[in-house]
Amino acid sequence: MSAPNKSYDPVEVEALKPEEVERARDAALAAVAAASDLAELQEAKVAHTGDRSPLALANREIGALPPQAKAEAGKRVGQARGAVRQALERRQVELEAERDARVLVEEAVDVTLPWDRAPRGARHPLTTLSERIEDLFVAMGYEVAEGPQVEAEWYNFDALNILPDHPARTMQDTFFVRAEDGSADSGVVLRTHTSPVQIRTMLTRTPPIYVICPGRVYRTDELDATHTPVFGQIEGLAVDKGLTMGDLKGTLDHFVQAMFGEGIVTRLRPSYFPFTEPSAELDLKCFVCRGASVGDPEHPCRTCRSEGWIEWGGCGMVNPRVLIACGIDPEVYSGFAFGVGLERALMFRHNVEDMRDMVEGDVRFTLPFGMEI
Amino acid sequence: MRVPLSWLREYVDLPAGESGRDVADKLVALGLEVETVEQLGADLKGPLVVGRVLEIEELEGFKKPIRFCKVDVGDANGTGEPQEIVCGARNFEVDDKVVVILPGGVLPGPFEIAERKTYGRVSRGMICSARELGMGDDHDGIIVLPIEAQVGADAIELLGLVDEVLDIAVTPDRGYCLSMRGVAREAAIAYGQPLRDPALLDVPDANSYGYPILVEDAAGCDRFVARTVVGIDPEAPSPLWLQRRVQMAGMRPISLVVDVTNYVMLELGQPLHAYDRARLQGPIVVRRAHEGETLTTLDDVERRLDREDLLICDNRGPIGLAGVMGGESTEIGAETADIVIEAAHFDPVAIARTARRHKLGSEASRRFERGVDPEAARAAAQRAVDLLAVLGGERAQAEAGVTEVDAPREAVRIVLAADHAAKVAGVPYTRETVAQRLQEVGCSVEGIDELTVLPPTWRPDLTDPNDLAEEVIRLEGYEQVPSTLPQVPAGRGLTADQRRRRRIGRALAGAGFAEVLDYPFVGQSAFDDLGLAEDDARRRTVVLVNPISEEEPALRTTLLPGLLGTLRRNLGRGNGDLALFESGVVFLPNASTPRAPQLAVDRRPTDAELAQLAAALPNQPQRVAVVLAGEWEHSGWWGKGRPQLWADAVEAARVVADAVGVELTVRQDQYEPWHPGRCAALVATAPDGTERVVGHAGELHPRVLKTLHLPERVAAMELDLDLLTADLDGEHLPQAGHISSYPVATQDVALVVDASVPAASVEAALVEGAGALLESVRLFDVYTGAQIAEGGKSLAYALRFRATDRTLTVEEATAARDAAVALATERTGAVLRGA
Repeated sequence: MSAPNKSYDPVEVEALKPEEVERARDAALAAVAAASDLAELQEAKVAHTGDRSPLALANREIGALPPQAKAEAGKRVGQARGAVRQALERRQVELEAERDARVLVEEAVDVTLPWDRAPRGARHPLTTLSERIEDLFVAMGYEVAEGPQVEAEWYNFDALNILPDHPARTMQDTFFVRAEDGSADSGVVLRTHTSPVQIRTMLTRTPPIYVICPGRVYRTDELDATHTPVFGQIEGLAVDKGLTMGDLKGTLDHFVQAMFGEGIVTRLRPSYFPFTEPSAELDLKCFVCRGASVGDPEHPCRTCRSEGWIEWGGCGMVNPRVLIACGIDPEVYSGFAFGVGLERALMFRHNVEDMRDMVEGDVRFTLPFGMEI
Repeated sequence: MRVPLSWLREYVDLPAGESGRDVADKLVALGLEVETVEQLGADLKGPLVVGRVLEIEELEGFKKPIRFCKVDVGDANGTGEPQEIVCGARNFEVDDKVVVILPGGVLPGPFEIAERKTYGRVSRGMICSARELGMGDDHDGIIVLPIEAQVGADAIELLGLVDEVLDIAVTPDRGYCLSMRGVAREAAIAYGQPLRDPALLDVPDANSYGYPILVEDAAGCDRFVARTVVGIDPEAPSPLWLQRRVQMAGMRPISLVVDVTNYVMLELGQPLHAYDRARLQGPIVVRRAHEGETLTTLDDVERRLDREDLLICDNRGPIGLAGVMGGESTEIGAETADIVIEAAHFDPVAIARTARRHKLGSEASRRFERGVDPEAARAAAQRAVDLLAVLGGERAQAEAGVTEVDAPREAVRIVLAADHAAKVAGVPYTRETVAQRLQEVGCSVEGIDELTVLPPTWRPDLTDPNDLAEEVIRLEGYEQVPSTLPQVPAGRGLTADQRRRRRIGRALAGAGFAEVLDYPFVGQSAFDDLGLAEDDARRRTVVLVNPISEEEPALRTTLLPGLLGTLRRNLGRGNGDLALFESGVVFLPNASTPRAPQLAVDRRPTDAELAQLAAALPNQPQRVAVVLAGEWEHSGWWGKGRPQLWADAVEAARVVADAVGVELTVRQDQYEPWHPGRCAALVATAPDGTERVVGHAGELHPRVLKTLHLPERVAAMELDLDLLTADLDGEHLPQAGHISSYPVATQDVALVVDASVPAASVEAALVEGAGALLESVRLFDVYTGAQIAEGGKSLAYALRFRATDRTLTVEEATAARDAAVALATERTGAVLRGA
């Protein structure tokens, strides 16, 4: 143990007196508490914890004390400095929070300001409707088949049992393509339906065949609210062993339920198409009133005109003559086919009142439909 | 076919309260398309009675002659006194029987009748014309009833004014339903009632003293029945009931003879023709036309005949187009008393061709084309003869001569497995059900497991087992068909092409473009508007024989005309900032196009035959195009927007190319209708290095925009997808690269090149020169101005280098940069700026 400091001068260590340390501490704490912003706090910090601050100076004096006094003085000054440091930290956090709150308020903007800087696009609803139907059948295992729009008459008519002098051939309002010599006898037309794709499919694939054929077709109608010479069709074809009309009906029931909701069923009405036998018109139960508007003039239904059913397309069992023309043995295979109009579906499914809206390309019509329907 | 319900009831006992709607529902379920059920006389209200004209006083001094009549209406007016009525018609005399509506009655309109003062008198009711009663358009005068009409009797019933008419759209397979007999047969089945067949008549056997008929073309005419009626009073009118029925069925009453032939056609489905015997010279001959022959038909049109046309002739030449329309020369006239009635059966194909060739459809040709019951001819002739003998006046009588020319017809015999209908429908019909249903439609059926079926003569559409299956299934009811699902084999999803087209559509829509679907019709003027040269390949088009508009007879060879038209329509409607796209095919004719042959349908065509069909079709590649106008980035509170420009069109091409995974190179080009200085050729490169132009993009030519009345600076892009994706072998499988985690070394270079040097060339040289360490290159500034020599431009690039296995040293990065610059200098004359 070393000898005590003989040059102990109580006057020189005035700053280490308990009252002085306490005073310096309290002054520091008061200054910290009084700091109303971060800048004032910084000033207080420099003044009371900086190198020239009373506590720092006091701390420096400790070394001059005699050993027995050092511990006590060190503890006293250390505690005071610790209290000041804690107060500073607390106040720093407080004032930062206050500043942040103020700045964030100042930075607030009107988030309701409109922002349409980048252009918005959309796909045509006829395209997306077709894809929706394709996807539904693809999910059932069908594949999507396509063919040319300018088509040989043999595919469009003959192979479909619409023979040259059959009344059905003139029923179809066909656009004929001019031959090279200027005559009408080119043997080529704008396809009047997507059924020639069925023929092409049967010629190039072997059963079982399950395909869906979407595409543009043409008939010589003038454009008006309910007609267009260019329109979209989607047809289905199945050729397999043992297919029945029941399979056709079940497929259509599934189709319309997926498109229009649970419980929507189809109704088949006997009809005539040369390429199917038996043939049927395809109606679906009105998905809006579900038949409730029938005989209820108080609650008419716009969608089905209070008929309870919506006419949508045609269907039937593939005429064995068509199978023969495609080299498929009707003794072994049978098939069913159906076709629906896309424009008509868009009209009743999406309340389009005028077919011209689908044709004219006005972006106000197209944009709201977005990317999928 | 218009079917009055009252007439239908003559052949079938329908339940008493059954409405037209009820009957329609039943017929629809059997496959007759009933389009409407018309309620005739629904708003008609009596008293509407038969009156006898007692006195006529001619009123003078008005603009038109007016009559003041006293009419005996019996007790219908409650007093028995004569009814005083003002009338503007003049086609009646004292003692004529007329139709009178009394005050309180309502005529169709509705038009309420009340006592009113007119022409200085009080008129208490009205004497009615046919039109006023809703009986057609005849307004030449009031109706004069037959003298035997009972005064005071209800005229509503007498004239059959209240009825329901079913309008049925008859499908081509159901020719027999173009007759009351045919519809009645269906109704009888629907109600399970017997049919009173109007064709079951006593017909005398043919003999040798009827009017001479020579059928020279048995293939065209396999049956010809001729009967004669003489002494017809040309003045004899058709009875009201007959006129009314003909009129309700949609035809116009004309004269007794014409009305009767039409009536019998409506009833039995057999078209008849009546010739004025006095105007016939020699026997009636059925033959094909000779070269150069002409015929003036009843519609007063002289027609040049084709050698295939089937004709009715006499000694002087053609007197009618068989089964289509008669000729003027033997037309029934105002003096006709003796007639020859033709009830014939013609070949449907011959009639269809003649009707089509001469664009002359008639009630007769419509029926022959769809198939007329050959066995109905005799009955129909008999029915007409009977009616005319009764209605044609006192001296009218049928002559005993009956001519019949008959060619043998082959009977159709169908062998049908008894369970075939069950297999088609998926419904277990018994053999008994099948046989019974087939018999109901008129077939004779024999056999147990294998049925031999002879269809009735009025059903030429029944030729195949499936035709018979349909008869069974529809009569049993389509609603019996169950709802089952087939076992579909697992599919492969969309093809690569189909997925690509969808991706392109989504990518463009996501990039801000709105899809349109334009018509593909164009005219040469569209190509003129685009400023295409006379020999531009796009002017070679597929042309339609019968376009919607003569101005646009061709099919598009580019998507631009349609898109630009749609752009203009949108602008015209005030839609200003526009980015449109279309994805669709164009039609490019081959150098030479042979006729597509008509192949057989009784077997699969050979591959060579199918190739012939393919050769006749134009190339139909898939295209995608965009047009842009106005602002691309919109102006707003954030500041000024950015107008669209050529680069957005080029970018659209990149969007498409990215969507399908093809890298596009852009080249400066000149191609109509683009601005010659702002046109980019879009180039794809094959694996072997050969390049092909797959489309163009840029700003459109100012002259084109002016011609099309479009705003300045409109940009456009068109890309051939078939060309773009030609190198993609099926699926495009993007491959993952190695992602280096070592730091990037960035070096910027500014290169001065001649202004004519394309930036793409400089960039290509930099990429090649920099080698494998180059991660990316980006042009971040283009400068021309004071600090660059005249005719030059400065291109500033940021080059990013990175190695996969180490941190690059500055020396390595610099060396790579120098190599890049060196190659750019060699290839493009680029000089490092400041060097």
